Amino acid sequence: MSGHSTYVPRTAIGKWFEARLPIVRLLHDTAVSYPTPRNLNALWTFGGILAMMLVVQIVTGIVLAMHYAAESHVAFRSVESIMRDVNWGWLIRYLHANGASMFFIAVYIHIFRGLYYGSYKAPREILWILGVIIYLLMMAAAFMGYVLPWGQMSFWGATVITNFFTALPIVGQPIQTLLIGGFSVDNATLNRFFSLHYLLPFLIAGVVVLHVWALHVVGQNNPLGIDVKSEKDTVPFTPFATSKDVMWIVLFMIFYGWFVFYQPNFLGHPDNYIEANPLATPAHIVPEWYFLPFYAILRAIDFNIGPIDSKLGGVLAMFGAIAVLAFLPWLDTSKVRSGRFRPIFKVAFWVFGVNALFLGYLGSVKTDDIIGGMQAVSWAKLSTLYYFAYFLVILPVLGYIEKPKPLPVSINDAILAKSAASSAH
Amino acid sequence: MAESDTPAEPTRRDFLLHAAGAFGVVGVAAAAWPFVDQMNPDASTRAMASVEVDISGVQPGQAITVMWRGKPVVIRNRTEKEIEEGKAVKLDELKDPLARNANADASADATDANRAATGKENILVMTKVCTHLGCIPLDESGEFGGWFCPCHGSVYDTAGRIRKGPAPENLPIPPYAFLTDTKIRIG
Repeated sequence: MSGHSTYVPRTAIGKWFEARLPIVRLLHDTAVSYPTPRNLNALWTFGGILAMMLVVQIVTGIVLAMHYAAESHVAFRSVESIMRDVNWGWLIRYLHANGASMFFIAVYIHIFRGLYYGSYKAPREILWILGVIIYLLMMAAAFMGYVLPWGQMSFWGATVITNFFTALPIVGQPIQTLLIGGFSVDNATLNRFFSLHYLLPFLIAGVVVLHVWALHVVGQNNPLGIDVKSEKDTVPFTPFATSKDVMWIVLFMIFYGWFVFYQPNFLGHPDNYIEANPLATPAHIVPEWYFLPFYAILRAIDFNIGPIDSKLGGVLAMFGAIAVLAFLPWLDTSKVRSGRFRPIFKVAFWVFGVNALFLGYLGSVKTDDIIGGMQAVSWAKLSTLYYFAYFLVILPVLGYIEKPKPLPVSINDAILAKSAASSAH
Repeated sequence: MAESDTPAEPTRRDFLLHAAGAFGVVGVAAAAWPFVDQMNPDASTRAMASVEVDISGVQPGQAITVMWRGKPVVIRNRTEKEIEEGKAVKLDELKDPLARNANADASADATDANRAATGKENILVMTKVCTHLGCIPLDESGEFGGWFCPCHGSVYDTAGRIRKGPAPENLPIPPYAFLTDTKIRIG
């Protein structure tokens, strides 16, 4: 899509098509001749892995919808019949359920790759924001999908999440009633969630097209974070990036397959094999693992902040934790993209990564559990503070006080210098 | 084009354009409304259902839970100890100072008497839905001897008042009335 197209139709039908709809040229320019920086590492294959996971989720999801019934009295049983009766139903459902987890593992690696190498900085702001939108849509799709089996966690997850909206003053209650279609989560809720769960993946696919388009306009970032200066810095997408993507997709599939075939319920929650019961909340209610850090942030705000009560405060902090990502391109004031050349940033980044994992752990335990002599909720407050401080204080300030290491002249120079250094040994 | 060639503003065309635009906006909004409102509960759900409950079998220290509008309502026959504990609390210790009782004034204080049934201080009727995020608190749990919400750790006392944790309000008391001494109608 960027630069001069090198596609030349050779066959008669190719030429006939080219004059009417140049779609082959578009694909050729996008996935064959597209120049990619020659120093990309394995972390750059996660875009391809994510594209594959989206296809896997859509295909398995369409098949599951052929056997699933979105009616509150039969939904739970229809999922059990998929597991026990439908030919290969167990495989397709486990692929879909674990596929959601794999999708999130891949997207988190993809996001942290972007955070470390500064892929959100100019000129990639729109590319980054489109990614944040995809992530939000993924969260909505995953949440609604988790409601469909109509187990205890489905039901109470839906209750808790839709109740977030009641935290808003005045309009909160009507919005919640509108969302769930009643006074409590019920059949109306299940039906609309199924409808939206089927819709969202196609919206994601649409935004992915924009994401890839934006990527091909500005070009890929790379581990050095410096701009591509000449053709010597790049290699064509095919065969170089394609073969690397395929290799890592295969490795990722092995990881995915291990869960599907050996630990299919490891990432789920046993309470979701109990049918939804509006009269009993499970003793310890937790969301799916990929929401745990945000859940910890929600629970960390158990105090009023001026006119904002603890409930609204928690909800605002949780949504704020995601919304802040959209502003990241302007919060990070450093002109240097890659963390490799930023000694202080590097430390702050790794602390951020460990802190995010720790928040996930805090989301999985009870708030009054004691960890190292302190209540989990107190740890969650500290962790939440660092989470926001990283974006709102550390990144804006670092750009002014940090002295980055010298950048290489070009990607090609850096590679030549590296191979010269290693051959000298 | 010379100045004199332009007709004086606003022209007939401007008027038509703006009028059509305004009609278009109103039309789109009118057409969109059914697609939004269809998500709201329909008349059959909204119909103010009421339930009648016989509480003659509920002994002191026992509670029953009935469903009203898809939500559980607990009716608890409180013990002497629970009532005393409820009365002993000073108003300024409460996180939410309002009674949240649909049968009392909206500005009524959250005293034990304003929370319990009128003239029957042992009977407590309330919607057992946590005011934080809608989970069902557990009976006879938590450090205040009342209710404890397992989801995010809100603790309610023996009068269903929020004492600790993220929930902002006391458990709400639905509209109800005693039909006889042992029979109540909720709603």
